Amino acid sequence: MATNNRPLSPHLQVYRPQLTSTLSILHRMTGIALALGTLLLVWWLIAAATGPTAFDNVQNFIGSIFGRILLFGWSYALFYHLCNGIRHLVWDSGNGFELKTAYASGWLVVVASIVLTVICWIAGYAMQGGV
Amino acid sequence: MSIRTPLGRARGLGSAKTGTDHWWMQRVTALALIPLVIWFVVSMIIVTGADHETALAFIGSPINAVLLTLLIIATFYHGQLGLQVVIEDYIHSKWLEVALILLVKGAAIFLGVASVYAVIAIALGG
Repeated sequence: MATNNRPLSPHLQVYRPQLTSTLSILHRMTGIALALGTLLLVWWLIAAATGPTAFDNVQNFIGSIFGRILLFGWSYALFYHLCNGIRHLVWDSGNGFELKTAYASGWLVVVASIVLTVICWIAGYAMQGGV
Repeated sequence: MSIRTPLGRARGLGSAKTGTDHWWMQRVTALALIPLVIWFVVSMIIVTGADHETALAFIGSPINAVLLTLLIIATFYHGQLGLQVVIEDYIHSKWLEVALILLVKGAAIFLGVASVYAVIAIALGG
């Protein structure tokens, strides 16, 4: 069948990016990142159960610059997905759909996820007694 | 008059052969993960940079072992539901789509069971 040349509806890229659509795809991207990040938790738990040498390996990896950058990214992804996930649950309850409210909650998610990430890293370094 | 069988009507699944359980369980696990994740982040900040013995004591204490197990189950359940939707949306070859979904679900079960086993081994071995 010659169906390859039929006209298609415009795809996403013809639209100007908006806060709402950007946050929407970011929710999905952080979700994928977190699924990968779960591997670190699996490694950490299994290493702890295996013994001191295996555990030192995972702790050294997390403590390295590369490990810290990964962990920083994952912690932001976690807070973003958590905050925006709560926003989605509010929508699922049938509330917050007005355009003004959707934008306000969107900005709230952006600010809250950044603030929570910064607080956690300050607390983490404070617990370790500095950088 | 409906031509559907009484059993078909009772199941209420229609021609899609599936109900709302995927959507619903994604929300239920999301709800469960809110307190679990907050607890987990706070705990990880406290045990950051811990030596092996401290980590074993943390993982093996009864309340932490239970919460970790719940966190692992809810995380992998939620994660594989989410990844399934992503694969269904973007992979347009049916063969590859099914293969990837099976791979993701298999990996979630394998890694989830391995993690829970590690927690139980630490909790009971200490």
